[in-house]
Amino acid sequence: MNEMTPTKSERAAALKGLGTSRKRVEDSRFTQGKGNYIDDIKMPGMVFGDFVRSPYAHARVKSINAEKALELPGVIAVLTAADLEPLSLHWMPTLAGDKQMVLADGKVLFQGQEVAFVVAEDRYIAADAIDLVEVDYEELPVLVDPMKAELDDAPILREDIADQKAGAHGARRHPNHIFTWEQGEKEATEAVLSGADVVAEETVYYHRTHPCPLETCGCVASMDKVNGKLTLYGTFQAPHVVRTVASLLSGIAEHNIRVVSPDIGGGFGNKVGVYPGYVCSIVASIVTGVPVKWVEDRMDNLMATAFARDYWMTGKIAATKEGKITGLWCHTVADHGAFDACADPTKFPAGFMNICTGSYDIPTAYLAVDGIYTNKAPGGVAYRCSFRVTEAAYFIERMIEVLAIKLDMDAGELRKINFIKKDQFPYNSALGWEFDSGDYHTAWDKAMKAVDYDGLRKEQAERVQAFKNGETRKMMGIGLCHFTEIVGAGPMKNCDILGMGMFDSCEIRIHPTGSAIARLGTISQGQGHATTFAQILASEIGISADDITIEEGDTDTAPYGLGTYGSRSTPVAGAATAMAGRKIRAKAQMIAAYLLEVHDNDIEWDVDRFVVKGAEERFKTMKEVAYASYNQEIPGVEPGLEAVSYYDPPNMTYPFGAYVCVMDIDIDTGEHEIRKFYALDDCGTRINPMIIEGQVHGGLTEALAIAMGQEIAYDEMGTHKTATLMDFFIPTAWETPHYETDFTETPSPHHPIGAKGVGESPNVGGVPAFSNAVNDAFRAFGVNHTHTDMPHDHWRIWKTARDLGMHD
Amino acid sequence: MIPGTFEYYRPSDLPEAIKLLATHGDDARVMAGGHSLIPMMKLRMADIPHLVDLQDIDALRGIEVSSGTIRIGAMVTQHELIADEALLKAAPIIREAALQIADPQVRYVGTVGGNVANGDPGNDMPGLMQCLDAVFTVQGPDGARDIAARDFYEAAYFTARADDEILTSVSFKPQPGGYAYEKQKRKIGDYATAASAVLIARDGKVCSGASIAMTNLSDTPIYSDAASQALIGSDLGADAVSAAVDAALAEIDPAEDGRGPIEFKKHVAGVILRRAIERAISRA
Repeated sequence: MNEMTPTKSERAAALKGLGTSRKRVEDSRFTQGKGNYIDDIKMPGMVFGDFVRSPYAHARVKSINAEKALELPGVIAVLTAADLEPLSLHWMPTLAGDKQMVLADGKVLFQGQEVAFVVAEDRYIAADAIDLVEVDYEELPVLVDPMKAELDDAPILREDIADQKAGAHGARRHPNHIFTWEQGEKEATEAVLSGADVVAEETVYYHRTHPCPLETCGCVASMDKVNGKLTLYGTFQAPHVVRTVASLLSGIAEHNIRVVSPDIGGGFGNKVGVYPGYVCSIVASIVTGVPVKWVEDRMDNLMATAFARDYWMTGKIAATKEGKITGLWCHTVADHGAFDACADPTKFPAGFMNICTGSYDIPTAYLAVDGIYTNKAPGGVAYRCSFRVTEAAYFIERMIEVLAIKLDMDAGELRKINFIKKDQFPYNSALGWEFDSGDYHTAWDKAMKAVDYDGLRKEQAERVQAFKNGETRKMMGIGLCHFTEIVGAGPMKNCDILGMGMFDSCEIRIHPTGSAIARLGTISQGQGHATTFAQILASEIGISADDITIEEGDTDTAPYGLGTYGSRSTPVAGAATAMAGRKIRAKAQMIAAYLLEVHDNDIEWDVDRFVVKGAEERFKTMKEVAYASYNQEIPGVEPGLEAVSYYDPPNMTYPFGAYVCVMDIDIDTGEHEIRKFYALDDCGTRINPMIIEGQVHGGLTEALAIAMGQEIAYDEMGTHKTATLMDFFIPTAWETPHYETDFTETPSPHHPIGAKGVGESPNVGGVPAFSNAVNDAFRAFGVNHTHTDMPHDHWRIWKTARDLGMHD
Repeated sequence: MIPGTFEYYRPSDLPEAIKLLATHGDDARVMAGGHSLIPMMKLRMADIPHLVDLQDIDALRGIEVSSGTIRIGAMVTQHELIADEALLKAAPIIREAALQIADPQVRYVGTVGGNVANGDPGNDMPGLMQCLDAVFTVQGPDGARDIAARDFYEAAYFTARADDEILTSVSFKPQPGGYAYEKQKRKIGDYATAASAVLIARDGKVCSGASIAMTNLSDTPIYSDAASQALIGSDLGADAVSAAVDAALAEIDPAEDGRGPIEFKKHVAGVILRRAIERAISRA
């Protein structure tokens, strides 16, 4: 070997594979405004659709008169439920086993509900025409509070199913009741509670909010009547599922439907579901014979497409007087709005809420979730989290704090006593999950040391004293959180969406000159898939990530997959990518052995090449093998170098992390300042540290928003109060604090490369960390003060201080 | 979020703009930066068939600072206010307040005239102008007239400007002494939960002049003469400050909204005003 021959580590570095902070290949187009989003798509003859929406939360629709709208020049059609009914498209199935109105069928059930679809030559005419559609409403009593849904005088919302005693998830006890979902051991848990040294109780409301991606939802539907093919461009987090659902709903054969997700400007769960706008656009294109575009505005997005959270969680947590947790009980009232359109795996009506035992070894537990209809928009999507995992993490991390107060213990110490120990993995939780791996104590100790936890508590004690001495009006809160997620849905044995198993896929084609294209069943919405999946593949097949194109989102070319949400892309499609890469390598090994004139078993893989064992100067690079695979006759081996893998994960992955937030709170104005936010994430094998850090920053900022001000609020008439960005809080750089990121690395034992997923961890762990900091700031000021609900905006923080007598 | 149809005009001088208003009457509105009017049009809460854009009228631009008076053209942007060094010297409270309006993008387009003329109780400049005892000059078909900022606001979105008049400039005297503009808001870009503008002059240990105004705590800006009088002649000690705060709070009438209930706003108004007075004293 001479000086010019690259060393093994130089060859590995040139691949830009696993562990490299490779710059995002997507960003050159995004930062130059050259992305191709749904509203950038223009087709010849394209027309525009827009909705007449209900001003009322609950009303009967007595008549719809579109005459004046149709007289407006440029208006092509006005669709109502009566027009969709002959096609059986006036209602559609939801992902949760319910059905929802596409257009108001006799009544409206939430403010902003779609009543009629106006199709016009341009969006200005469509907007004018909306005002000309005359709808005669008869207002009905409104149900806003889910706690009042089953009272005698509660209005019955869903008259279509009022008589059905059972729904998709079992018995219904009232027309406004959707399901009861029970997990764990009820009697055993109650026995533990009644015999416990200490039981802490609290009701924790995780308020309604909204993913509010930068780009709203939209689509362009184009029915080609000549060849019978429907092309549907849209903001879809799961394009293949949309194709199948579109086929089942419309009766158009699946091979005649092409669904394309172009660049997507953020999804966060908002773009998983199927919305009336998609259905109406398809129908309108079939009716008019020209492409139809529909794109929400911000108010439409905040009022009508899927919200998140809205869980009222009542908990009881039992422990010995030394602080060892013995049992956990949780009852949740889940406000689903007017239709149960939660985007969960079908068998999980409350998602993975049963991860609510958190990071703790809790021997006995019980969870019941009651789904309730109210006069609010449908949704219940996983906003930057796996299905209901952030609700679960918030619940347990608040309950731990409440228990610490009851025990008069340090909340950090209480966590340490109860963590699942490293040698207990794989760990079977009381609510039915097998946690694949974890090392919580190592992560926690590292976090506590990094923030100088003891020093912080000492400073906090001094601050309390200073307040009592009248020297300060600013309190200091230390927000702790250790979360465990469950992501990567999921094993087909228990995870499906409308019967479609939640596998994912990757198809790789190596070109003769040694570059490659890989296509996946997922779709990036900003996560950087084109960067990171190429890195996985680079490490598997020895071709530089720069020479690998990643493509997603076109159902005509990509292999079938269930899409991107619930942090499933890396755990499932990332695994498929590695497995497909290994198939490539297996075939390449046969070719290399032939070229090197040795037996297959006499060569071994070495970064980017096969070398003859014991004679590493004799080798064939993957690039050489690729060329030979197309251009040389290899006995017994087909030409070409391609592979496809459909990966059914054997288990979920369980990322975890330890977060600490230090916050100063002005008790007179309710303002806060985040002095420190430390986030340690363990997402298993780290594919691209820079992208991980970016994901953590973004997720924490959404968590900050949710915890400190962001909410979807309704008044008692069901009128939406937060439908613009003036009132719906999206942090700017100004409100966003500095974040310190850190990590431990506990690979997933069942994932081909040990990766667990990270995009959602910071939202799951961040919300409790921020909220715990606020609550912790008041811990010294009220014996009975254990909890205040989010969002912790100025006036609510101020109210807590006032209620504790701190303004006196 | 798509406005109805409207005619767009971009006159190059003031007489032309005034003539457009005379011609179209109630159907016409002038637009300065457009940050308030355009969203209202997009929400279809404002129907403006004839929109008169003032941005090409040079006579409405420019900041003139002389020893006796400061004149700011109605189309001067908040960014220009912040950047003007002579203005900073003559009335530093202007920069302090302007920096708390929205964000840089908005401030590049948002204007003084639009901010004071719209009559939106959430805008910061009306309270500031009352604190400065500014005079607004309006021009209509019958010529120009001056209106004191303290007499300009009648109710939310109702002002002493007639429909056929255009606000052309604001003028006020240079302000030596202490100053402060204190504002609490939920986030960048938000209107004030409570805001206070305070000017204090001191002659030795005695307060020789004071002016106190508040924003978004009533349907008009609140200039509190009683609060100002509570400070004038005093030693600016704790008792005088408390008396001024109490006097000002007696004049506010906040409404509940997404920022919080009335009780909270009243409390915060007191806190913000006290901080503003104390900061102004520290600079006097």
